Amino acid sequence: MEALLRIEHLSKSFPGVKANDDISIEVHKGEIVALLGENGAGKSTLVKSVFGLVKPDSGTITIKGEEIEPGDTAAAIRHGVGMVHQHFQLVPVMSVVENIVLGDEPHKGVFITKKAAREEVIALSARYGLEVDPDAFVEDLPVGIQQRIEILKALRKDIDLLILDEPSAVLTPHEIDELLEVIRKLAASGVGILFITHKLHEVMAVADRVVVLRNGKLVGTTTPKETNEEGLAQMMVGRNVVLSVEKGPARAKEVALEIKDLSVKDDRHLDAVTHFSLEVRAGEILGIAGVEGNGQRELVEAICGMRHRQTGTVNVSGKESPDMDPRGVHLMGVSHIPEDREKDGLVSSYSIADNLTLNQFNLKPFSVKGIRDFNARDEYADRLVKEFDIRTPSYQNSASSLSGGNKQKVVVARELTQNSHVIVASQPTRGVDVGSIEFIHKQLISARDGGAAVLLVSAELDEILSLSDRIAVMFGGKIVAIIDGQDADRQYVGRLMAGLSG
Amino acid sequence: MLKRINIKPWQLILGVVLLGVWIYCYIANTDITNSVVASGMRFGMPLALAAMVGIMCERSGVINIGIEGTMLLSGFTGFYVASWSKNIVAGLMIAILTGILTSFVHAMMTIQWKMDQIIAGTIINILASGLTSFLYKQGSTIPNSWPIFDIPILGQIPFIGHAFFTQQGPIQYLGLILIPAIWVMMYKTRWGLRTRAVGENPGSADTAGVSVIKVRMINVMFGGAIGGFVGGFICLELVGSFSKEFTAGSGFTALALMIFGRWNPMGAFAAAILFGLAQALSTQLQIFGVTNIPNQFITMLPYVFTIVVLAVSAGKVRPPAAAGKSYEKEQA
Amino acid sequence: MKFKITRDALVPIASVLVALAIGAILIAAQGHSPMQAYHVLIVKGFQSTSGLQATLSKAGILIISGLAITFGLRAGLFNIGAQGQVLSGALAFTYIGYRLHGIPMWIHIPIALIFGAACGALVGGFAGFLKATRGVHEVISTIMLNSIMAAIVDYLTQNQFRLQGQPNTRTPDILHSARLPHIFGYPTGFIIAVLLAVVINWVFKRTTIGFELDTVGRNRSASWYAGISVKKSIVLGMLVSGAIAGFTGGMFSSETTGYFVPAFYSGIGFDGITIALLGRANPIALIPGAIFIGGMRSAQSAIQFEAGVSPDIINLLLALVLFFATAPFLAKLIKSNAKTLTTTSGWGS
Repeated sequence: MEALLRIEHLSKSFPGVKANDDISIEVHKGEIVALLGENGAGKSTLVKSVFGLVKPDSGTITIKGEEIEPGDTAAAIRHGVGMVHQHFQLVPVMSVVENIVLGDEPHKGVFITKKAAREEVIALSARYGLEVDPDAFVEDLPVGIQQRIEILKALRKDIDLLILDEPSAVLTPHEIDELLEVIRKLAASGVGILFITHKLHEVMAVADRVVVLRNGKLVGTTTPKETNEEGLAQMMVGRNVVLSVEKGPARAKEVALEIKDLSVKDDRHLDAVTHFSLEVRAGEILGIAGVEGNGQRELVEAICGMRHRQTGTVNVSGKESPDMDPRGVHLMGVSHIPEDREKDGLVSSYSIADNLTLNQFNLKPFSVKGIRDFNARDEYADRLVKEFDIRTPSYQNSASSLSGGNKQKVVVARELTQNSHVIVASQPTRGVDVGSIEFIHKQLISARDGGAAVLLVSAELDEILSLSDRIAVMFGGKIVAIIDGQDADRQYVGRLMAGLSG
Repeated sequence: MLKRINIKPWQLILGVVLLGVWIYCYIANTDITNSVVASGMRFGMPLALAAMVGIMCERSGVINIGIEGTMLLSGFTGFYVASWSKNIVAGLMIAILTGILTSFVHAMMTIQWKMDQIIAGTIINILASGLTSFLYKQGSTIPNSWPIFDIPILGQIPFIGHAFFTQQGPIQYLGLILIPAIWVMMYKTRWGLRTRAVGENPGSADTAGVSVIKVRMINVMFGGAIGGFVGGFICLELVGSFSKEFTAGSGFTALALMIFGRWNPMGAFAAAILFGLAQALSTQLQIFGVTNIPNQFITMLPYVFTIVVLAVSAGKVRPPAAAGKSYEKEQA
Repeated sequence: MKFKITRDALVPIASVLVALAIGAILIAAQGHSPMQAYHVLIVKGFQSTSGLQATLSKAGILIISGLAITFGLRAGLFNIGAQGQVLSGALAFTYIGYRLHGIPMWIHIPIALIFGAACGALVGGFAGFLKATRGVHEVISTIMLNSIMAAIVDYLTQNQFRLQGQPNTRTPDILHSARLPHIFGYPTGFIIAVLLAVVINWVFKRTTIGFELDTVGRNRSASWYAGISVKKSIVLGMLVSGAIAGFTGGMFSSETTGYFVPAFYSGIGFDGITIALLGRANPIALIPGAIFIGGMRSAQSAIQFEAGVSPDIINLLLALVLFFATAPFLAKLIKSNAKTLTTTSGWGS
């Protein structure tokens, strides 16, 4: 049978890295192909080439027998390709309808026919069972619904090939199951599916074929029948991977972080966290499970002094910590690994050394009487680079030269070496390669064993389950349950994350 | 398509208060009130159109600090062509063309070469100033200027007719058509939707098959055409010679009005008319012979007014989210 | 900011050459001789002793004016309205300059300069305060303040500070004790300017407060995360930028004019912007640029007399140099990788 999509000898390089190295793949009608690989393996780049968002250096892409123009999204769309993106490509201030019809609006002359557009979206939503309110503004909607809009946008035309880039990142386990159903139905109706994920159980659940990328190269093809999760992990990383991390039992002591009746508003002055109370003890890891968008970001920012606390207090080792004062909170012994390392955690144009001392530059020994001591900084940087295995020719290089995993290591190195009583880690392994993930997990556990209280916030349920001594599930700005790490059951936690009653 | 009905309480109150004041003054002294409001319209319309330049550019994501330079250069070329050809319409055409060319350079700098948009605009201003000061020739004059006329039926409408539809020049009347047209374009057409999408989140348009670069360049150049139009008009308004600094900071005032008007054509128009009224009022105060307030303080009133207005309202504005950032298409 | 001397330095030089070439074409088109014009520039600007002294005097003012803008740029602020701050500082200096009698020079000048700087700081700081608290972008507020300060200064010059019995509107002369001395004919202002450039460079390189401002200029979120008060940095940045601009006005009054007439100062603020952009916000890089532009400005009037070319050619040449030096295409041709300059783009507060 003629392949629906044929990628032949595709290569693409970015400055400093070869993202795709001579890759050839086929996808057939009605086939579900999973593209697997760890962060940085080149999966996103590959599918972006198919959709015309990225122009490959060499190679051809053929759809239904016709070679398509590289780097031309409109051409890809004309050839029946639809794509659901990892980072949503929606316009927050516009309505659902406007977002979905953008680019191919129902019109009379130059004017958009509002009514026709609305009807089209309602019909589309019914057809796939993906309910959305057409008149709502995207920024008012929870992340799971935004995902639906992304999907509807892609399914709007009669597509032959659907590409999904990490579609389940922001979904509850239940929503993921629903999504996988939609994918199966589409495949059954003849649509070819190419979907990217790093979640092994999704692959095993739905894929007909699995293609594994590693470091830009295609390292293997298999099917779920022929392998299992360990096998897939091995192909992804190239060596035996321990899928769960080793840790001894927690030896929790006194309460190090006490959050009482905390309420926080988000950027649009809506309630993000309401009357939140939680205790974290020294020597334990408390993981907050929850789908992104339930107030976790605002919670972490409020704890660390970066966002205003409307009500409530945050006590560190028994003393109240100041509001809207990141330096003050930090000086009380709180370390913060921020969710968005590029935006908050690093200044990419600074050197690695400056980034390693980013929140201590005004303290001894790095600065005495207002004058900076570069020797002290360089010594410190040298030590940390070695200790944390940060791959770089020199700590004088700018942080922008580092890979994602190494950038995160810089942040982790900085935060975990300050003898903190409390460590707040938000999405600490997002976008990080497996080797670095293992390393960072070990560091968190060792910090916990050294007596720190670790508050771990992560959208990756697996990470929460494997690291946490206790798990708190967050939904709608509140805690809905606190359970012991040992007893946690995936399905149970998943239901809680979705706001169901377990 | 669906526009957010976004009238805040304070805007409504302000509108009602101003309306009340206007009605009161109208009853008190019709002639002076009409003349002040008409002056407000006359001063304000060029500013409103200059603000349109800013809106067209920023709605698609390109901040344009160079409106000042665009108007300067366009007025300059328009004037000299009109003087040489003895035809002010020809001058106006050239002015529009100059505006398009200048904005094309700005578009290249910001969209293609990805320079910082505020710095690029400043460089355009400095270039325009350098070019016009060097190429300036004394003694050129234009043969005639724009006619002032009334609009027949509309001018008879009581209350607003005398203010808006009598004794204005072509730019005022054309503006009354152009500004609502731009509003319709921005919120009711396909092009407007795509423009706004590009200005809020270019990725959303790119992934829908819309060319971000094309949308930005066309919007910027269309803005440039309007800027050229304004510059040409102003320069050719008075029979006489070219005044080197005729723009007098109006390009920057237009930006303030754009922000105050929340990047909405009708909002910016209202802001511009208000500003024009402030200027007309200060002139009227001088006519009344209010001598104990020095001249200089009266001329500076509109600028103080602008700062106060921005300080009161600016903190909560939401510019188009992607304004100021260049679009990087290829990301790993 | 390390400068790779080879390629990065070529870009400004190439820009000058290209600008001179275009200027030559325009001059020739007007029927004059480019070679003659450029000859005058070199002789009057740099070769003759009096020319060199005038050049250094102007260069000193340009350096400080450029430093004002540069200081703001490093913190991510574009103090485009420096002109208004220059004017207020100049008038303030002049006032102290002619009002305080019987004080030795080494006290009089510093007091007057401080007063001038303080006035500039008030204006700049106000704009900074508006930005930090209300999110008003400094490009707009400082331009508005320009017009406002120009009006205030104009009023004061015509009334309280006016020298009576003169046909033109001006203040009294500054006392001799407030005039900056010359050493063998060479202006001390230039030395002060270079020292100030070195000090500011050191502040950004080695002090904690400099690091804070620099960080705010590069990444506001990360600065907040790192415990830096972004609001305080914005106000401080504009305050100092305004202070330096006011200082510039004072220096100019002291060294060059000797009394205050608003029109004397036109162009200082904007030349400062040009210089700062050319120097890519590096305080030391301002010095060669300022000497170059100072030379051109001091030869400006001679060009009309001796080569028949309008003095505004200098404005055009400078604008062209700025364009070619900052627009990346020349840099790409020479394959230089110098980072392009950015302010914190966008109106976002």
